[in-house]
Formats: sequence, structure tokens, C-alpha cells
Amino acid sequence: MKINRIWSWLFFGIGALYFIFPLVSTAEFSLKMRRGAYTLDAYWTVLADPRFQQTFTYSVLMALATIAFGVLLVVPTAYWVRLKLPRWRPVLEFVTLLPLIIPPIVIVFGYIRLYNTSSWLPLTGSAMGTNLLLMFGYVILSLPYMYRAVDTGLRAIDVATLTEAAQSLGAGWITILARVILPNVAVAVLSGAFITFAIVIGEFVMAALLNRPSFGPYMQLLGANRAYEPAALAVIAFAITWGCMALIQFVSKFAPRAPGAQH
Amino acid sequence: MSQSIAAPASAVTRPRMSFAWLGVMPFLLFALLFLVLPTMQIIVGSFRNAAGEFTLDNIINLFQPSIMAAYWISIRISVASALLGCLVGFLMAWAMVLGGLPAWLRSPMLTFSGVASNFAGIPLAFAFLATFGRLGLVTLILRDWFGINIYGMGFNILSFGGLTLTYLFFQIPLTILIMTPALDGMRREWREAASILGASPFQYWRMVALPILWPSLLGTFALLFANAFGAVATAYALTGSSLSIVPILLFAQIRGDVLQDPHLGYALAFGMIVITGIANFIYIWLRARSERWMK
Repeated sequence: MKINRIWSWLFFGIGALYFIFPLVSTAEFSLKMRRGAYTLDAYWTVLADPRFQQTFTYSVLMALATIAFGVLLVVPTAYWVRLKLPRWRPVLEFVTLLPLIIPPIVIVFGYIRLYNTSSWLPLTGSAMGTNLLLMFGYVILSLPYMYRAVDTGLRAIDVATLTEAAQSLGAGWITILARVILPNVAVAVLSGAFITFAIVIGEFVMAALLNRPSFGPYMQLLGANRAYEPAALAVIAFAITWGCMALIQFVSKFAPRAPGAQH
Repeated sequence: MSQSIAAPASAVTRPRMSFAWLGVMPFLLFALLFLVLPTMQIIVGSFRNAAGEFTLDNIINLFQPSIMAAYWISIRISVASALLGCLVGFLMAWAMVLGGLPAWLRSPMLTFSGVASNFAGIPLAFAFLATFGRLGLVTLILRDWFGINIYGMGFNILSFGGLTLTYLFFQIPLTILIMTPALDGMRREWREAASILGASPFQYWRMVALPILWPSLLGTFALLFANAFGAVATAYALTGSSLSIVPILLFAQIRGDVLQDPHLGYALAFGMIVITGIANFIYIWLRARSERWMK
């Protein structure tokens, strides 16, 4: 048992070094912009760059739109499948797994060919249409996480009883979804929302190929032309990812545990 | 006789034919329009020539040396990063679950794994340039403190080795996240039963533990492989277009038709779907097998 523990600490130590060094190096590098001193210059330069502000705002809005559309699409569907169509679950699970199988670059390649200006639905013809197409692409990318999260959330509540109770009080479908089901799976929806945010905010391939001014292509451009600012961006991006994961852990403390454990 | 009894029953059920399936139509329509049809477009396109006729020429044209070289280096990077990711991730998960690391380490390790497995793309490339680039911290420490010049020894972050090293940053945490539940499912009784029957620790691992964990490990490998094979952003930010792996080649093709044959571009993408599809099919199949032991 003693030997086991020595090995454990060895594996853990090697792994920890591998993960800590890039983070420390990046943080250290981002502070070295001014020769001979550690300063936050790289961060101020990045934050003051109008293109940073524009692209970051664009990506935040894109993430919020993706989350809103994703929730509207996934929550009613997952609810309906649980309530009325349990046999369809494998079909839905397969569809929501597809985005992990088909690389995003292939999906966006298909968009460009299918929705170009000479097609039946010329979404890429206008800036607004392309924005919409990019948002749909992000909804697809976040589908495996969003659907899984909401479906797990629905498993913990008694969907059928809640629906019947609401119906016997005279509620229609929209009222049931918005005021009974959604509040009960709010924690699951939020988990899905935060992971969606983390995915969308730094996404590169789709935005670059659809030529939209988002944060991912901006980071790439800065990386090709500057030395210290990219390191600062990497630290900021890591902090955002960390923030999203921390929020998921935080909200999941409020999740209903088991059927019937409602208060 | 039996027909006369069955007839009224079906007469009762038929008028109540359900339209419940309409409820999932918006979702399936969305998936069809923005997931299935775009992919079908690529697949169909790779079997068509410019005139729209059926042809296998695009697929045959994939077998030219430059494209085969791109597939080959992509496959090598994906296999190497998946193998190392599985190995290191498994050892770390084992150390955490069964190896006697203090229990308080578990939660921070899992949280960090969640963060690191999602920390991919452009920022990851920047982090590794700042670490193992020519002026990276580790490169400088090794050179100044230990007298080891890794770039003099042929290492380059913009290469097979460098890309593999970078991909491990999300491959290892992903393995930890997938293997932890599998290792949690290893019962203490199995180990005790084996040792009562006189098995050495090595025999226990070879004849009990590994056969049980094998499907999970292979499945994780398949998932990591597909994960690395489809990744574009990290490689693009790290190497620009200097390293010709398949996703980068496809990226350049979509942007500027570098192959000068749009239908060859379809075939290139089709090849990617086939390879990641096979890897994921293996993953799903093996996961279903391994879940038999997770009761």
C-alpha cells in the first residue's frame, strides 16, 4: 500500500507539473510587455483595443442568443419526449450526439454550400442572415451539452404529475412550460447555458469561415501579429472558462436531488 | 372467433391515433436543416463531378501523395495524443481514486479537469507558445538552468511533437473525467477475492481489473482520437498553415480553393467524417459494453 501511494504522488506530480507550467508561463509572459519589469501593460493594451471590445461584445451577444434559442428549442422538446414519446428518446439522443461525431469544420462547410446566395435559402447573402446562420451553428455545437443537461434535470422531477396538476388548475401548454417545468429545471438549464457560453465565446472555425467579426478570429489575428497581447488574451480566456465551470458547480448545489425531494 | 373479438378493440383505438409526434417536429426540422442536410450536402458532393453526375474520381483523387501525407500526419498526431492522453489520464485517475491520494484532492482535480478539457482552441495555442515556444518559459529554464537547448535537439512547437504535446492539455483531463466513474465502479471485493485466491497485484490487474476496464479505456481512446482529429483552431493558431494536417488543409480549401478542385474539397471533408465516424462508433459500442459492469 505504501508503494502504491508513492506511485500515486509521482503520477500526480508529473501531471500537475504539465498542467501548471503552461498556465504559469502564460501568466508570466503576459506581464513582460515592458522590458525589465512586470506590468499589466499587455492587458491594458488588449482591453483598450476597440476591436477587442467590438468582437468580445459580438461574441457575448452571440452566446446569449445561442443560449436563448437553445433553451427554447431543447426544453419543450426534452419535456415532450419525457412526457409523451419515451420511445423517441434513443432517436433524440443519437441526433444530439451527432455534433460530436461530425467535425464543426464539415458542418460549416455544408452551410456555405447549402445556404449561399444562389440557394433556396440565401442566409449568407446578408450580414444579419449570416449572423443567424452562425447562431444556428452554435446551437448545433452546444446541443450535446444542452440536451444532456436538460434531460438529466427532467429526470429528477416528476414530469407527468406536475403536468396533470397544472392542467387540472387550468393551465395551457405555454403556461406549464414557462411557469412549471422551466423553473424546476432552471439549474440544469443554467449548467447547459454556462457551458454553451464557454464554447461560443472562443469559437474560431465557424466564425472565421462565415467571416463574422467574433472573438475567436480576433484572437487568431492578434496571435499572428503580436507577442505579449496573445498571452494576456489566453489568461483572460482561461479565466472565463474557469468562471463558467465554477458557476456550473455553484448552481448545481441547488439542483433537486431525487424524484419527490421537491420543496 | 378471435377476429370478432379483436375487431371492436381496434375500432376503439384507431380514432384516437396520436399526434404527439408533432411535438418533436420543430426540433427534428432544425436538426435536419442545420446538421443533417449540410452534412449530406458534403457527402453527396464528394460523389459528384462538376456537371452533377455520379463519380468516384473525387475519392480516388484523395489518394495523391500530398493529401495522403496530410491524412497520415493527422492520424499520427491523433493516435499519439490519444494514446498518451489515455495513459497519463488513466494513471492520474487511478492515483486519485484507488492510489491513496488524500480525498480532498479529488474535487479540485475534477473541477480543473472540467476547465482544462474545455480550454482548447486559440488560447491554448497561445499558452503553449508562451511555454514551449522559442522564448517560452520552459524553453528558457531548460536552456539557462540545465543547459538543455530543446530547439537545438530538434524540438519544435510547430511540429508533430509540439502539436501532440499541446493536445494533451485537453486530452488528459477528458480521460480523467471519463475514467473516474469507471474506476469508482471497481469493487473492493474483487481485489479481496483475488488476493484470497492467491493472486499477486500484477495478476489482479492483468486478469481482473484490466479486462473490466478495457472497454472504457478503448472507448476513451476512440473519443480522444476523434477529438484531436477534428480540431482546427489550436493547430491553426499554433502553426498557421505550415503544418499540413487534414483540418488545416480543409480550412484553406474552404477559404481559397487551394486544391483547385471544389469537389476534391468535399471528398476531403467526407474522409474526415468517415474517420471520426468510425472512431465514435467504436466509442459508443464499447461504452455500451462497459456499462454492463457499472451497475
